[in-house]
Amino acid sequence: MADQDNSQNRLLTIRNLWIEGQSEDKWSPIIKGVDLDLNRGEVLGLIGESGAGKSTLGLAAMGFTRDGCRISEGTVEFDGIDLRHAEPGERRALLGKRIAYVAQSAAASFNPAHKLIDQYSEAPVVHGVMSRQQAETDATSLYGQMQLPDPGQIGFRYPHQVSGGQLQRAMTAMAMSCRPDLIIFDEPTTALDVTTQIEVLAAIRTIVKEFNTAAIYITHDLAVVAQMADRIKVLLKGEEVEEADTRIMLSSPQKDYTKSLWAVRSYARAEQGDTDKGTPVVSVRNVTAGYGATTVLDDVSFDFYQGRTVAVVGESGSGKSTAARVITGLLPPSSGEVLFDGKPLPADYRSRHRDQLRQVQMIYQMADTALNPKLRLRELIGRPAQMYLGLKGKALDERVRELLSLIELEPDQYIDRLPSELSGGQKQRIGIARALAAEPKFIICDEVTSALDQLVAEGILRLLDNLQAEFNLGYMFITHDLATVRAIADDVVVMQRGKVVEQGRKAAMFQPPHHPYTELLLSSVPEMDPDWLSNLLEARAEAG
Amino acid sequence: MSILISIFWFAVAVVGAMALGWLFRAFVVAVSPQRQAQEMRTAPLTASFGLLVILIYVLVAALAPIIAPFGESEVVGGEFLPWDSTYLLGTDNLGRDMLTRMIYGARNTVGIAFTITALAFFVGTVLGLLAAVVGGWLDQVLSRSVDVLMAIPSLIFSLLLLTIFGTSVLSLVLVIATVDATRVFRLARSVAQGIVVMDYIEAARLRGEGKWWLITREILPNAMAPLVAEFGLRFCFVFLAISGLSFLGLGIQPPTADWGGMVRDNATLITFGDLTPFLPAGAIALLTVAVNFVVDWQLHKSSGLKE
Amino acid sequence: MAHVWRMIAQRLALGFLTLFVVSLLIFGATELLPGDFAEAILGQSATPETIAAIRRDLGLDLPFHTRYIGWLSNVLQGDFGKSLANQQPVIELISKRLGNTLFLALYAAAMAVPLALILGILAALFRNTVFDRMSNALALTSISFPEFFVAYILILWFAQTGYFPSIVRFSPGIGFGESLYRSFLPALTLTLVVTAHMMRMTRAALINLLASPYIEMARLKGMSPMRVILRHALPNALAPIINVVALNLAYLITGVVVVEVVFVYPGLGQLMVDSVSRRDIPVVQAVALIFASAYVLLNLTADVLSTLSNPRLMHRR
Repeated sequence: MADQDNSQNRLLTIRNLWIEGQSEDKWSPIIKGVDLDLNRGEVLGLIGESGAGKSTLGLAAMGFTRDGCRISEGTVEFDGIDLRHAEPGERRALLGKRIAYVAQSAAASFNPAHKLIDQYSEAPVVHGVMSRQQAETDATSLYGQMQLPDPGQIGFRYPHQVSGGQLQRAMTAMAMSCRPDLIIFDEPTTALDVTTQIEVLAAIRTIVKEFNTAAIYITHDLAVVAQMADRIKVLLKGEEVEEADTRIMLSSPQKDYTKSLWAVRSYARAEQGDTDKGTPVVSVRNVTAGYGATTVLDDVSFDFYQGRTVAVVGESGSGKSTAARVITGLLPPSSGEVLFDGKPLPADYRSRHRDQLRQVQMIYQMADTALNPKLRLRELIGRPAQMYLGLKGKALDERVRELLSLIELEPDQYIDRLPSELSGGQKQRIGIARALAAEPKFIICDEVTSALDQLVAEGILRLLDNLQAEFNLGYMFITHDLATVRAIADDVVVMQRGKVVEQGRKAAMFQPPHHPYTELLLSSVPEMDPDWLSNLLEARAEAG
Repeated sequence: MSILISIFWFAVAVVGAMALGWLFRAFVVAVSPQRQAQEMRTAPLTASFGLLVILIYVLVAALAPIIAPFGESEVVGGEFLPWDSTYLLGTDNLGRDMLTRMIYGARNTVGIAFTITALAFFVGTVLGLLAAVVGGWLDQVLSRSVDVLMAIPSLIFSLLLLTIFGTSVLSLVLVIATVDATRVFRLARSVAQGIVVMDYIEAARLRGEGKWWLITREILPNAMAPLVAEFGLRFCFVFLAISGLSFLGLGIQPPTADWGGMVRDNATLITFGDLTPFLPAGAIALLTVAVNFVVDWQLHKSSGLKE
Repeated sequence: MAHVWRMIAQRLALGFLTLFVVSLLIFGATELLPGDFAEAILGQSATPETIAAIRRDLGLDLPFHTRYIGWLSNVLQGDFGKSLANQQPVIELISKRLGNTLFLALYAAAMAVPLALILGILAALFRNTVFDRMSNALALTSISFPEFFVAYILILWFAQTGYFPSIVRFSPGIGFGESLYRSFLPALTLTLVVTAHMMRMTRAALINLLASPYIEMARLKGMSPMRVILRHALPNALAPIINVVALNLAYLITGVVVVEVVFVYPGLGQLMVDSVSRRDIPVVQAVALIFASAYVLLNLTADVLSTLSNPRLMHRR
């Protein structure tokens, strides 16, 4: 491992690093005594959940801390230069030239006021590596290597004129412009759809190998890091859990925390049979809908049954959330209808009965914006029970406590809290309790786990499963994540550009033959096998 | 030379003000219950000085008839008498006691400015929230009317309306409140529009909640912070505007004591190097500074900025 | 590019529509007059016969729209009617004073805009330093001062010592330099009042941007703080800054009124104040129309300029 290599080959050494962040006028540690070594040409994967301090550590490797943070102890040494004590000018001479950075959201990290080529050539020209002319020629060849369309011209566009996946590749090219020794990749594919992610991952891997660049690859996605890294370091709350070569780490993790991270992927509920489904609780019949002149949903039909979960899968723009808006009545369809228990529902929620509103509930992706920050849990959860079921006073109080117990929160401790006094997973549980309070037959879950860490998300999925069994609920589960589908669905609907491309039982969906789009979607989900990306690219190249 | 002396006194005033702010903060922290004490402890010196000043103005305004040595428009002696032990701040251009006029001025100027702000706020906020929640034609009608009213600079529009309705206190209050309500409407509407797109509003609508619940329970509590800050800023604008109008002779009319008018009436003294006319002007500036300091603190706190 | 020109054309059309509505409002406001225009002219001495005579004379017996169209077409030809106070044509009263007011406003703007932008950029660059805190507190203080307070302080400092005149008189044939000298104090007052606002808003616009990921990216590319501000933040802050400048220039229009009174400056503001107290409605209407038009045109210019500074609008997909 790293320690056995001779020091000639060592590029970056971090020793006993402590970083503090300021909150409410107090300094509290974010990184607690982490060591890190990186050799030339080596790729280190940094993995951990939100709040683990991955990005902070990645930036510290550049000698940089965000506003409101400071390095309180330890050393950061890059190729013999002490970055922590270097003069600002000396550090600036390294940044962009010998150490480069690729950010999570390329769309936000490119300056909207300048063309891509101007931003590409800024570092080489300012650092005196090459002239503007040379930089332009160089950009064309790098853009070509990154598989960008029309590499000679794409640089002369503004960032908003280029798609997300292409921007992410253009940003990697920009980081390469001075041929740095080290690149920090900070979750570069997290914001992308799975099918786009593949292209970016492949491009990054090729170019890092080509120039023998060392890299720190930060992500929360194990399967992704398995494709990219030579070594993996696991972080938890600012401390290192363990570190090992990728293959060893994947096959035999040592620590419990790491094992639990690995285990999440294996959660899948018992499959239900197809017997006795009865009338659908909700049916979508030949619905076409859109905003203004653009059609987002094109003649779609599907059914939901009590006690069963239908996962609606698709990438951004597929129309899956629009389908939910049609069912709730927020977006009346231009043709087609929605049935509840076999009877048509009014198209606009404003003309629906109180009881019809009660029967269809919704749980949102972002619990932060779905809960009124100024109401206490008592009122957030109690309001539907008060409105629909007429509970008051003591009965209401008891019902709220019962609901809190159902979502596994201690009533006495939580009933008078504000949403801001809860963790992300707890907020999502409150969203579930609010939906349950109406005692509905049908609940729409809109990407309810995609903003959560894996371990927390798994808890939410288990809870939803238990509640379904207890109350015989019908779920519409909107997601873009096939692992979640595998874990929770009975039936699957695959959507692409407003159309249903395939639907059926889960078991059937995951077995070939597939619709070509389902095939693409399924094959694009990274797997924990370190050879998966290479194999896939090979297979796709052969297929032509 | 006079500039240097002024700068010296300015520095003394700043240091004194901060010392007062420090004392006041220590006092409030000591006497108030846990929660407020915590809040106050983190207040910057500028803000606690501002709070102290506002408190003093309110007390003076409320107790004016008790603490003023003479009647509001009582002629007590010669014109422009210098400061002495009877007339602590001398007399004005008609021989009325300056200190008494200052004290009553606090009541009149601040009181009227507050009334106008409260009125403008009530009307502007209610209409702004309604426009954001109801949307559609109501929003269109209100917003386009406000656009037109705001296309004319506020002072010019006020002057035009005052020409027509005359310069009574009532017309002053109504005219300025109308002009300012347009600005409040804009802010309340845009703040509410930011809130209306949140998922919890959608959830409430889907639950079948009525407009009253939406506005009072879901939107208003979340719009309070910017609206309170805006109330402070609006008060400053209104206060400066009516002082300006009174200074021009078009605002609060004599013999009612008013700081803007007092500056105008006694301005001639300045050419003789007498600083008395600066007292009412300074009183206006001090209150505005104080309110601004407090608003700045609140804005900084609610924005959660840890710059 | 075609869509940008279409947007600008739409904006211009909207601007002229606003001007039209504003003129309607200014003319229509007199309809709210308690009693009517004729009584306002004659005041206490009115007899029913004289009132009727004046009504006929002024066309007050005609319907509203006829009178409005007549008034507007006269205004467009430069005829604002006659002053009620001294029967002089309003245009004569206005013409010379308009030039003086424009001179004062431009003078103040020429000092204030560069000063405020430079101070705002410096405060953003050195944010949270002593310089930033000092300039912020000073700006807050000077915003809080009524214009006449600032004006009298300047008079106390400069006029007392005789460096600059405290009462502005323009005699015919004085040169440009002399005019600048004589109107220095009112221009300085306006500058002080406006600069504070403009500087604070410039600083806020820039600091708002400094939290964006692309600014962090520029810093991580090893760019100097000055380059980050000038090349990465400033181009994106153009639209807000243009609006800040327009807003404050518009504020100059109102600020001019009080300052002209303090310094006895022979401009439109003085004229307006005098006419308001005399309730000389034709003059007030004319001056209000001029001020409002300037205001609408300023906002229109700012809108067009910030459209032109936005790459998303200039270069569409």
